[in-house]
Amino acid sequence: MSKINFLKPDRANLNTFLYLGFFLFFISFLDVFFNSFFNLNLTGFLPNFLSFVLPLVLGFIGLYFIRIEYSGIKRLDLLNKHINTNNFNAVLSLLIIFVIIKSIPPILSWFVVDASFAGDSKDVCTGTGACWTYIKVWMRRFMYGMYPNAEQWRINLSFISLVLLGSVGYFASDKFKKYLTLYYVVIYPLIAFLFIFFFISGGPVFFDFSYGIIAAILSIIIGFFIPGRFKFYYFLIVPLALYIILKYFLFFEEYIELGKLDGLNWVETGAWGGLSLTFIISFFCLIFCFPIGMAFALGRRSGFPLIRYISVGFIEFWRGVPLITVLFMSAVMFPMFLPEDFFIDKLVRAIIAISLFEAAYVAEVIRGGLQALPRGQYEAAKSLGMGYWKMHIFVILPQALKLVIPGIANTFLALVKDTPLIFVVGLLEIVGMLNLAKTNPEWLGFAMEGYVFAAIIFWIICYAMSKYSYNLEQKYKTDR
Amino acid sequence: MNLKLKDIVPQLITVMAVVLIFGFFTYNAQINMENRGIDFGYGFLSQESSFDVQFSLIEYDGSHSYFRAYLVGLLNTILVSVIGIIIATILGVIVGVARLSPNYLINKFAAFYVEFFRNIPLLLQIFFWYFAALRALPLPQDAEAIFGVFFLTIKGLYVPAFIWQNFSIFFYSIVAAVIAIIVIRIHAKKVQENQGKQIPVFFISLGLIFILPLLSFLIGGVRLSFEVPVLKQLATTSFIYEGGVSLPPELIALTLSLSLYTATFIAECVRAGIQGVGKGQKEAAASIGLTPNQVLKLVIMPQALRIIIPPTTNQYLNLTKNSSLAAAIAYPDLVLVFAGTALMQTGKAIEIVSITMFTYLTLSISISILMNWYNKRIAIQEK
Repeated sequence: MSKINFLKPDRANLNTFLYLGFFLFFISFLDVFFNSFFNLNLTGFLPNFLSFVLPLVLGFIGLYFIRIEYSGIKRLDLLNKHINTNNFNAVLSLLIIFVIIKSIPPILSWFVVDASFAGDSKDVCTGTGACWTYIKVWMRRFMYGMYPNAEQWRINLSFISLVLLGSVGYFASDKFKKYLTLYYVVIYPLIAFLFIFFFISGGPVFFDFSYGIIAAILSIIIGFFIPGRFKFYYFLIVPLALYIILKYFLFFEEYIELGKLDGLNWVETGAWGGLSLTFIISFFCLIFCFPIGMAFALGRRSGFPLIRYISVGFIEFWRGVPLITVLFMSAVMFPMFLPEDFFIDKLVRAIIAISLFEAAYVAEVIRGGLQALPRGQYEAAKSLGMGYWKMHIFVILPQALKLVIPGIANTFLALVKDTPLIFVVGLLEIVGMLNLAKTNPEWLGFAMEGYVFAAIIFWIICYAMSKYSYNLEQKYKTDR
Repeated sequence: MNLKLKDIVPQLITVMAVVLIFGFFTYNAQINMENRGIDFGYGFLSQESSFDVQFSLIEYDGSHSYFRAYLVGLLNTILVSVIGIIIATILGVIVGVARLSPNYLINKFAAFYVEFFRNIPLLLQIFFWYFAALRALPLPQDAEAIFGVFFLTIKGLYVPAFIWQNFSIFFYSIVAAVIAIIVIRIHAKKVQENQGKQIPVFFISLGLIFILPLLSFLIGGVRLSFEVPVLKQLATTSFIYEGGVSLPPELIALTLSLSLYTATFIAECVRAGIQGVGKGQKEAAASIGLTPNQVLKLVIMPQALRIIIPPTTNQYLNLTKNSSLAAAIAYPDLVLVFAGTALMQTGKAIEIVSITMFTYLTLSISISILMNWYNKRIAIQEK
């Protein structure tokens, strides 16, 4: 009996058990540590199997000895509470600790120690580690696809200006705060559209780009003199109208050409690619799928049965098929549905397909938000004499959208993660470029480095987006 | 009258727009097909396909029809989805429960797993496993046996084949065991309701499901032997395993990445479900004297499942749809076999893409109808 008592840790012999326990735990830790970092087997004199499980057994006994409740030592109690509540948990904790220690050296040596960074040819990659030279040499291709090297500043410039224009919201003073929604919903997408499509695309349409900018600036300036009541409608119509007037009635092109201003070289969309294409596609689909999705969400909750059935049909159709078949459809089936001389660029077709596909998911998310609103909100809005549109724009949607921020963020994340699928229509964003680079006879055998590189990039983008959406959710959380 | 007009006009406009768009498309399609000399029809399905598929569950070669090729693709899609769903569920439940563990290390480890795998595009993961990880495996002649019978090589996983004698008797014994278990459960419930006695249903079921098949071996004349794959030399440097069942690397890469990816989402569903059960429920259950096991079985799980099942079904659907990414690594699934090879050969874009989409649509809608029905059944009946 006394023997069992001796093996049962208690507070009376606290220090003895602590020393013994930590000593055993430390030995097991040391064994694994030396084994994995210095390739040194401390317990090599023991039989194979015993030497393999010895650290686990020692660590387990050690953790058992230090598992003393209410020991009075704060740190010990915390340790016990977190990793050492019972035998099962102790074993799991030990296993995880060992796995981490075991996996650090190989990962570290592959990533950094044995890896080659220098040089610009395959010859430097002789070590057992990663060949980051490969990434370095192919960096431009991974970022810009087949976009000509000399023109890549256009992509950089566009993205930088778009990021700057996009961050306006943070710096706007209170006076301009009320225009921000308008800016982000109408003007910013328009500018972005012009930038990406005309600036990156270049060629003759470069002039369209300049019209767009002029139209946007002019309409903003005139916008200040428009009475508030009409501002919304004004910004809905006027920029486009100005653009059309500039393009088709003023013949601005000829004046510019008289001034000897060179246009930009035309780069066809087939040459776009890499990470920049991922951004472009995500951005466009994001802009397009949101209003379409909102329309179908409202349609699904509409009081008109026919509109409701059409919306349900649309949503269920797109949600029921995989994106890859949708892209197949846009690639092989869609051209059949258009007049013969009517050609749509494959990038545009891909964007339309992905937007429609994601719109169905956005619609379901928004519908969730609409359903979650208490009926009192609808009734209160109606009793104030608001019509359908007024009620939705000013009362229902602002609240519903706030509710579904996480859901929408998830849909957008899915959208970003779905972009590599455009390989189906022959466009190569970063994953596609990796597959292309992998088959290059000069650079065979570096698939691992490429995929790890892309995985890190995507992980950073997606993780940042999910954290940002979490912040938004916290910011707009309204207590009811 | 005015009110009615207000109701009708928007609907009419919408329907008109839809009809116009569809009419426009069909009209163009007709003209285009006429110009290119393609005729519309599904007659090609019975023609000889004359292409081969690497991996199929049913007997198939080039002399079979296109319809059979479609079936091969469909079965391969279903195979990869079912395996993926099983693995993803097991992994997802384990990780989801681990996320709620009081053990700090386990908790963080599970969180790391979830954050890591769900923030990387699935296609990239498939490529990684197929082109990078599985390519690092040894050649058939260098492979070491796992437990003496499994061989994991660059050409796929070779496992022993089961060779049954009198398999039907074994099968019937399992069916009998399942029926007996159901009867005993019903009986036990009745006994408990009438007399308050509890019958150890779990142990009886466990016994039945082991003993009855075992009896079939001892008495029924069922025999099971294994056919272990054996290395065979084809040429001086070319080796292959013969016998047993071989799983192609495409299938392994696909199931691995699909289940690892989907498991993260299932884990989140499980976590949300268990967290969604109020603490008061557990305490109330404990205070009326239920044992911890009973609390879990009778109070927590029924409520948690109600929250877990709908989003998890959604994930199953997603997995099934994502299995179409198989086309990227040439696993012969529905998309690759039918919308890829068959489309190339026949050129019947509209028919084939529509059949493919319709198949996926049927799969998804039937599963979601089933789940809606189940959901309605288990939903709390509020008064």
